[in-house]
Amino acid sequence: MLKRIQLIFLATISAWTLAAGAADPLPTGMVRIPTGVYRPFFRAATDAKEIPVKSFALDVLPVTTREFLQFVRAHPLWQRSQVKRLFADDSYLKNWSGDLEPGTNAPLDAPVTFVSWFAARAYAESQSKRLPTVAEWEYAAQASPTSANGENDASFKRAVLQWYSTPASQTLAPTGRGAANFYGVRDLHGLVWEWVLDFNTAMVTGDARADGGVDAQYFCGAGAQGAQDPDNFPAFMRYGFRSSLKADYCVHNLGFRCAKDL
Amino acid sequence: MKALKNIFSIAAVLACVATPVIAADSDISGVENAVITQAPNVPPPITRRYATKVIINLEVREVTKNLADGVQYVFWTFGGDVPGSFIRVREGDEIEFHLNNHQDNKMPHNIDLHAVTGPGGGATSSFTAPGHSSQFSFKALNPGLFIYHCATAPVGMHVANGMYGLILVEPKEGLPPVDREYYVMQGEFYTSGKYGDEGLQPFDMDKAADERPPYVVFNGAVGSLVGDKALTAKVGEKVRLYVGNGGPNLTSSFHVIGEIFDNVYPEGGTTVTHNVQTTVIPPGGASIVEFQTQVPGTYILVDHALFRAFNKGTLGMLKVDGDPNLAIYTGKEVDAVYIGKAAEAGSEAEKKVINLKAQVAEEIRNNPKIATLTKEIQVEKGKSVYMQTCFVCHQPDGAGVANQIPPLAKSDFLAGLTKDDYIRGVVMGRSGQITVNGKNYTGTMVPMNYLTDEQIANVLTYVRNSFGNTGDPVSIDDVKKVRAQVVSPPSQSAFE
Repeated sequence: MLKRIQLIFLATISAWTLAAGAADPLPTGMVRIPTGVYRPFFRAATDAKEIPVKSFALDVLPVTTREFLQFVRAHPLWQRSQVKRLFADDSYLKNWSGDLEPGTNAPLDAPVTFVSWFAARAYAESQSKRLPTVAEWEYAAQASPTSANGENDASFKRAVLQWYSTPASQTLAPTGRGAANFYGVRDLHGLVWEWVLDFNTAMVTGDARADGGVDAQYFCGAGAQGAQDPDNFPAFMRYGFRSSLKADYCVHNLGFRCAKDL
Repeated sequence: MKALKNIFSIAAVLACVATPVIAADSDISGVENAVITQAPNVPPPITRRYATKVIINLEVREVTKNLADGVQYVFWTFGGDVPGSFIRVREGDEIEFHLNNHQDNKMPHNIDLHAVTGPGGGATSSFTAPGHSSQFSFKALNPGLFIYHCATAPVGMHVANGMYGLILVEPKEGLPPVDREYYVMQGEFYTSGKYGDEGLQPFDMDKAADERPPYVVFNGAVGSLVGDKALTAKVGEKVRLYVGNGGPNLTSSFHVIGEIFDNVYPEGGTTVTHNVQTTVIPPGGASIVEFQTQVPGTYILVDHALFRAFNKGTLGMLKVDGDPNLAIYTGKEVDAVYIGKAAEAGSEAEKKVINLKAQVAEEIRNNPKIATLTKEIQVEKGKSVYMQTCFVCHQPDGAGVANQIPPLAKSDFLAGLTKDDYIRGVVMGRSGQITVNGKNYTGTMVPMNYLTDEQIANVLTYVRNSFGNTGDPVSIDDVKKVRAQVVSPPSQSAFE
């Protein structure tokens, strides 16, 4: 087991080293997100007000079941019956019919879900990519269809919020149906939640009201005082959702997409 | 984890200090699974006289249900319904709580029980991703009726979507026995559409922040306690309502029209006040109200901030069956025409009115289309007279009251009467023994001669064509004729 962790660790380092050193053209299916600044939704008094985001490449679409099927074919250790429990809980690819048969509950064009953070990261490495960070993901996701920053666009925020009022469906819609945002990225909102590399760094305790209270030094968290924009309910929910996760969790509405250094 | 440790340390301290005093109760013996119920039902009273370990499993479901007829909403629920399942434990019990977040849910959730002494009321220990389950334990230190709710960010939205319910911690000695217990919880819903706009309604953040809900309802939907779903009781029974307010924003002025609360445990605590008309229940608060029913009829539960009741849905019903008690409430005794400044007799204005009425009557007589409809119209109008004047004794279904009030439904006695007998019965009243469908009745019916000719004609047409009876209509002229024969209607004292 230890050996496996080391392998992943080494693989990560080598992937990053390679990516950093190369000046490849943009891979297909990715768009370039320009350099900018992300203002964290939650932040402690000691945290930086703004986080610089270096230009990076981001998948236009979430990873689909079809793509993940190719991955588990090439990497049998990530097949449902083979996966180590340490890296994925009992729900791993639960909606599939078999190791290599997604079946009717997991349409090939729909985003892959019921995948753990470990599995998502292994997939990204297999593509010489990585998972985006919270800052990168949120920075890309605040773009509305018409503007790099949709934060003050009430109709955009309302449209994003709409997803939470839509009944959860057993089978997910195909990717690519959502409108492209300012950068050309689709489905960041309205289809599935997405894993990010540092999902567990959001300091939300689970009790939304305690955060930002007496423990402010540790948790700026989900308490409204710590929030940069208390009206931004979707951001509240994304931060809340991420902080409820552990890296081996596999969840019905949780998929991922990949990023890459430029 | 931290919360759990604190609870344990509190329990440990209490055990050290208080053991000699409450030795019998500080011990936990046995394990049981909690009986939990969906509103308006309440789990049975706790009969055991000792503290035990109670295991509670509560499942969080995000479900699409009707908020009103034709209006759907995605509710976030504890147990599949709004309000959440009713939990009943005893003071001193140790509760092992399992919060199960269904795998189809989109959101992480947790639970803050106001009955918990410890940080977050359990919220920090129960934060759970979809498809997962959390466990924590607490000791029910304080008796009372408490709210529980979700406290996951954004808290207001989780609560506004229906994530609240009640937990009753019964005092060690139990609550006084009553005949009926019910569970009612108020909450408001912030839909993007107006009240009654059909289809799936999304949550509206702006209305929630401005505290402008299109819906304020009992038990999660307009009409959840109305008609077939009304609460029921019998005359003379003691009724106890556990009433909570999930909010998230509005304070309830809880009132039952036509009842006075004999006992109220304000804010769900242990002090009892008496003879209360309306009790205030804040969001995140609860109240226990008790009353004994005295008079049959339908009692309406409202938030006495009345536009909520009549325009936003905060209406429920308690139907009380049983014998009338005229000493407490008579029903309507007099319904007389009152015309403020009526046209004076013999004046030009009065002549015009008479003229107009005659024209209308003539018009109806000469129009066969309308004329054939008159019986139905009379039946319809007669029903409202019946439901104001006659139903208290003869009952809404005409069945009467055993041994006291003769039935009107399929009555062989009525079948043997002429139309004029019918009219005479109403105008003059009736006393002495009669036999109806083989049973003897000796009661007295007071004369209803305050009714207008038209009201009598209509109500008799209704009776002759309802409850399985069939007969031709009674006209105003028929009534006029009989009234003229009755030279001097007997005064009421003749029957006393």
